[in-house]
Amino acid sequence: MNAPAYNFAYLDEQTKRMIRRAILKAIAIPGYQVPFASREMPMPYGWGTGGVQVTAAILGPQDVLKVIDQGSDDTTNAISIRKFFAKTAGVATTTATDEATVIQTRHRIPETSLHANQVLVYQVPIPEPLRFLEPRETETRRMHALAEYGLMHVKLYEDIARFGHIATAYAYPVKVNARYVMDPSPTPKFDNPKMDNCPALQLFGAGREKRIYAIPPYTQVVSLDFEDHPFEPYRFNAPCALCAAENSYLDEIVTDDKGGRMFVCSDTDYCEGRQAAGHHGSLSAAPYKEKAQEASNG
Amino acid sequence: MYVAVKGGERAIENAHRLLAHKRRGDQGITEISLDQISEQLGLAVDRVMSEGSLYDRELAALAIKQARGDLIEAIFLVRAFRATLPRFGTSEPVDTGAMRVQRRVSATFKDIPGGQILGPTFDYTHRLLDPSLAEGFVPEAPATTEASTAPTPRVTDILGRDGLIESSPEAEEGASVGDLTREPLNFPADRDLRLQNLARGDEGFLLAMGYSTQRGYGRNHPFVGEIRFGEVEVEFAAEDVGFAVPLGAIELTECQMVNQFKGSATEAPCFTRGYGLAFGQSERKTMSMALVDRALRARELGEEALAPAQDEEFVMSHSDNVQATGFVEHLKLPHYVDFQSELGLLRKLRKEFAEANTPDAMKEAAE
Amino acid sequence: MTTIAELPPGFADKVLSAQSTFRSVMDAMARPGSVQRIVPMAGAPGMMMRGTAAIALTLFDHDTPLWLDARMAESLDVTKWLKFHTGAPVVQDSSIASFALIRDGALLPPLDHFALGTSEYPDRSTTVIIQVDSLNSGRSFELRGPGIDGVATLQASIKPFDLFERLRFNEALFPRGIDVVLVADDAVVAIPRTTRVVSKGS
Repeated sequence: MNAPAYNFAYLDEQTKRMIRRAILKAIAIPGYQVPFASREMPMPYGWGTGGVQVTAAILGPQDVLKVIDQGSDDTTNAISIRKFFAKTAGVATTTATDEATVIQTRHRIPETSLHANQVLVYQVPIPEPLRFLEPRETETRRMHALAEYGLMHVKLYEDIARFGHIATAYAYPVKVNARYVMDPSPTPKFDNPKMDNCPALQLFGAGREKRIYAIPPYTQVVSLDFEDHPFEPYRFNAPCALCAAENSYLDEIVTDDKGGRMFVCSDTDYCEGRQAAGHHGSLSAAPYKEKAQEASNG
Repeated sequence: MYVAVKGGERAIENAHRLLAHKRRGDQGITEISLDQISEQLGLAVDRVMSEGSLYDRELAALAIKQARGDLIEAIFLVRAFRATLPRFGTSEPVDTGAMRVQRRVSATFKDIPGGQILGPTFDYTHRLLDPSLAEGFVPEAPATTEASTAPTPRVTDILGRDGLIESSPEAEEGASVGDLTREPLNFPADRDLRLQNLARGDEGFLLAMGYSTQRGYGRNHPFVGEIRFGEVEVEFAAEDVGFAVPLGAIELTECQMVNQFKGSATEAPCFTRGYGLAFGQSERKTMSMALVDRALRARELGEEALAPAQDEEFVMSHSDNVQATGFVEHLKLPHYVDFQSELGLLRKLRKEFAEANTPDAMKEAAE
Repeated sequence: MTTIAELPPGFADKVLSAQSTFRSVMDAMARPGSVQRIVPMAGAPGMMMRGTAAIALTLFDHDTPLWLDARMAESLDVTKWLKFHTGAPVVQDSSIASFALIRDGALLPPLDHFALGTSEYPDRSTTVIIQVDSLNSGRSFELRGPGIDGVATLQASIKPFDLFERLRFNEALFPRGIDVVLVADDAVVAIPRTTRVVSKGS
């Protein structure tokens, strides 16, 4: 039997060269979706294969990798991807945003500001921001070529007419470097301002749809809006119940079946860091520890 | 008191251990062997090789075992293995005309040179569950005869000799064949890429698309010119050796569909072609593929393309079951961050709606 | 006549050297004007600089048509080394090249002779790699654009002298355009099509 033997970071060198060339063009044309010959990965399409291929193409032994899903290092898919690279590339991993050189993410941008020695790799399901308005690739490609984005503005304006607001809460479209309209991946619009003028390089990988795109560091990223209806980032009414953070994105936790709710940071590293630094929320009496670890220690 | 959910790593490990246990089933029952899968579930192996794009019975059997019989999962395992294999080059085109035929039927002629050969087929079996197969069944030895040495030319070649069917479009000498696993797909796509996409495509999807053309959504008047199943030689032209080196034989099923004719004031009318090819024995797949191939040629043949099966972007973007299953199933991954965003927006809109729809009288009364 | 055994070697560790070189080029492209170092060293044939050789080993293969300037093309050492280590097909027609290697800036053809991409596929453009005298001394240039926090300053000794004036055609072409990688020994600077360069004189 042909026993499988895999390369450093899983991908073969020919595949890495192809992805690397696509990444360079993506950086040179901010916000433009570069087609690439995405490979079948040993995890399903839609589960981060694009992000994984980008990470595999850039990762080296000196890197420190952080993987988050929904802002958390401990969601199952984040763990699965982190283990994949720990196994195939032997890289150091971390949950601390500060310490990471490469951060792969699904649906969030960390709360801690990124710095210039970092690369943020997004997993993207549908890279085409116009796809829900026009299903045909041949059409949307033409629209991007002509920078013809009227359709998107019509859609946003219809929202306003119907609801009084732009009714897009996540995957909120942005314009990059005043040229390409881009899908920021299904991050909440809360995170959109973090993309603008960010010191870190942002790379986006869509495996199933076979596209790679990028935002270079210090690049203008503007959320689409109208003069009379400016972009409003999402805000929460209450601080985090664990660390009392006032400016972080919160998960709503259903605590009972009688309408009980609490709100805690979606970025677990940020929240733990704040708690360790002595910030306490209204419900933070419980020590923030791994349940399973307690069980195995006890 | 709330403690954030953690311990996912252990949960994953335990889930995989449980899966391995479930896969094995009752350990009092003999473990199934790869040979058993390959020999006794041969058509499942054929499908996994076809849609997995890798001709290796043993690996396909392993994938089926590992996937607990879930063929799409097995196809995925094979594809993921195949993706990072090194490429040494491209084989020479196989000659299906020289196939060692095990089965061959034509619906267009009563008899054909080389004869109609039924071979191993479910056709004409009565679909009655057979209790004798439940255990210990020993089949009769098959009837045998001298292997025929008569050539079995392709029916489409016979039609082609008289110009009754369009000639098969030939690529320019030395032109490279597209490979959508190595180059990203752009639309419009040429027929080489379309056929590759269909050959890897999900059998069920192609069956439904092919069926839709028969029911009037892009009808193309198909006749089965010929279906043949058997062994062909694969050769590889190694640049430094200077001649083609035989790599071995593989089993293939080929379907040549003869379809409605075209013609114009300047061009004599002739039948058109639809083509299907798959690893192993897979008639449903190759027939469906041939119907869809023909439907996708609408643009090239100057026909109106209105039906789903004629829409190349639609068909090619949705035919791949590994892509489709991944994206459908990814909906079970956590989405609570985006859901929270929607939830917040919805609550805000509902609040505004309630305020706007409170009658003025009540507002005044409340004041 | 050079035999294959006599060709300068490729990377000692293909996988890790390619990764490290790529990261330098990626950082250069992401931060135009910043000087990145290429650490892993391979042999370099003839007039090819060490940095150029490492980039070739990292990014070129059978799928990347390659255009060479006359000085590079006439060197058998260079063409043999490239063919053996990368397999990239050398083409005469610069308008279909994925990469171009320029040894002598005086021989740089008009930039519109390279692939500029199309409006639909602006990525299908040539990346032009130019060997230059120095990337830490010479004339000063001010750079602005994506990847740059305000203004970046580059000191470089470059031929052709008017390279950055020529590159201004990227402004009108965008999103089509030419991306340039400058190499001086093991130093690399990238000027993607979005970068606007103003000469500050010497």
